[in-house]
Amino acid sequence: MMDALDIFASAGLWAAVLRIATPLIFGTLGALISERAGVLNLGIEGIMTFGAMIGWMTVYHGGDLWLGLAVAALSGAVFGLLHAALTVPLGLSQHVTGLGITLFASSLSYFIFRLAIPVSGSPPTIVPFQVIKIPVLSDLPFLGEAVFSQTAPTYLAIALALVIAYALARTPLGLAIRIVGENPHAAEAQGIDPIRVRIGAVVFGSALMAMGGAFLTLAAFNSFFPTMVQGRGWVCIALVVFASWRPERALGGALLFALFDAYQLRLQHVVGKAIPYQLFLMIPYIMSILALLVMARRARVPQALMQPFRRGER
Amino acid sequence: MIRFERRTHVPFGLRLAAPIAAVLVALAFAGILIAIAGAPVLEAYRRMLIGAFGSRLAITETLTRTAPLILTGLAAAVAFRARLWNIGAEGQFLVGALAAAALGSQHGLHLPPVLLIPALMLAGAVAGALLLLGPLALRLRFGVDEVVTTLLLNFVALLFVSMMIEGALKDPLAFGWPQSVPVVADAMLPKLVARTRLHVGLLVAIGLAVVIALVQARTVFGMESRAAGLNPAAARFAGVSLTGVLVKVACISGGLAGLAGAIEVLGVKAYVTTDLSPGFGYTGIVVAMLAALNPIGVVFAALFVATMFVGADSMSRALGVPSFIADVIVAMSLLAMLVALSLANYRIRR
Repeated sequence: MMDALDIFASAGLWAAVLRIATPLIFGTLGALISERAGVLNLGIEGIMTFGAMIGWMTVYHGGDLWLGLAVAALSGAVFGLLHAALTVPLGLSQHVTGLGITLFASSLSYFIFRLAIPVSGSPPTIVPFQVIKIPVLSDLPFLGEAVFSQTAPTYLAIALALVIAYALARTPLGLAIRIVGENPHAAEAQGIDPIRVRIGAVVFGSALMAMGGAFLTLAAFNSFFPTMVQGRGWVCIALVVFASWRPERALGGALLFALFDAYQLRLQHVVGKAIPYQLFLMIPYIMSILALLVMARRARVPQALMQPFRRGER
Repeated sequence: MIRFERRTHVPFGLRLAAPIAAVLVALAFAGILIAIAGAPVLEAYRRMLIGAFGSRLAITETLTRTAPLILTGLAAAVAFRARLWNIGAEGQFLVGALAAAALGSQHGLHLPPVLLIPALMLAGAVAGALLLLGPLALRLRFGVDEVVTTLLLNFVALLFVSMMIEGALKDPLAFGWPQSVPVVADAMLPKLVARTRLHVGLLVAIGLAVVIALVQARTVFGMESRAAGLNPAAARFAGVSLTGVLVKVACISGGLAGLAGAIEVLGVKAYVTTDLSPGFGYTGIVVAMLAALNPIGVVFAALFVATMFVGADSMSRALGVPSFIADVIVAMSLLAMLVALSLANYRIRR
């Protein structure tokens, strides 16, 4: 029988951490970029659901896995454009619009899925992304199995986090996004169009969110079922705060969070039925609330977050 | 040159036109989906209307579905008016249902029926209110955004209910199905129409809508909660205790959602399962927005949403269009309503 601490010594745990973290990394980066430009996107939960559905559907109907991921990203961008159109030029409440996008995108996913796939005993499956063992590195003891034996989207997510961290901090585009999120009027004085930057950030961010959802059906599992996103989108929103709106910390936060999740799954087997399994399943949500609690006062909130920008108005 | 100018006062006709226009846009969009699904669009809508109102039984089913939606709609309307973003009505509904079921079972309270039913409703409301006071405390004390915390607590509440109905409150006679022990017969709400599921909870919900409308229009608290939403800084300057107002608003909002859960148990199901709520809490947000946060409007918006759900179920059986079409219509009408409301606030000046 494995002890509660022995779990940490298994490479399987750490491999699972990266797998569980992947959709969170995509989702958190997407939410983060959008918020750095000043727009909260609570459509994330629904956009992830739609990405999971449409990515799976593409592959189920004969598409390539990468095509599935691309179609998911495109669908996310479309929902992002809808959210941006309503919240940026029209200046509608970002809270309520985002929730509306979530309800709309998830109900549309269920509708399309049910229409295309009749109810059956066992849900149809696809062949998901396979593990890629990175040559040489995957032969390393422990680390090889834990880190260098993942599916392609996981490597992509980590690379994206690093690229986005660099781009936000060091490129003119990143600077433009940050100024628009801090002070859109100052940005306009610098010749930056805040409306275009915000729309672009929301569209790009939403594409990432949908890719996070698609990871669930194309790599983590091999089928789609309603409610499979299970609040991961809301967890991502909490992780953005925990990361203090910094991409490199978002990567760390998602990994830390996934560590707890992977650990609780294994701990369930160790303690068996002595503790109700629901208590373990609550851990991710409670962790997210605690993360918000710890960071809320310390975090550097983009100053113009949720402030609509209207030309010529202060 | 055309420019938009903010209206100081939105005329009543325009306020009424906004939700109607929004619903029509949603129905038109859903019509495209129905056509894609291969069904005749007008026939589908005709069948939805018949499914919701075509017989005595259909009407009572629609009204039975309306009752909890009025309460969760009011829960959102009351909170949003004071800019308290309570997105946790789903979880508050579930804990309210659980509280009523636990105290209403044979192991619970032993009171005469006249006292038992109000006590159980109160228990549901208290449970719902407590679940919202947590996130409010985090907002007031630590500045944590309540949108995310209330959303996350919905999942915690669902898992808690699941734990209780598989554990302490499990019905041993349910053949292994996870459901709570049923409430005693005395705890069940009287029926409004014999041999149907329609119960007096509908009257309670409508009564509360009227009471809340009066409180908002005629009392100091009503004015203060509106001021807290419109301009917190000005409200504070005018001597309004924001904390006090928000705590009261949270108790009412969470209480209404918890009451909705209690009434659904005492009126319809008698016991709790994890699928007790088909998204009543989230749908309440749509109801509130369609009503433009007006408590009386909530009653009509809830009736519309209930019509869509009950009608779509019946239409789906006849024409094979997935009943998720109702969810799409409801979500789409929320988005259209937001646009309509914002357009109604402006007028065109040349």
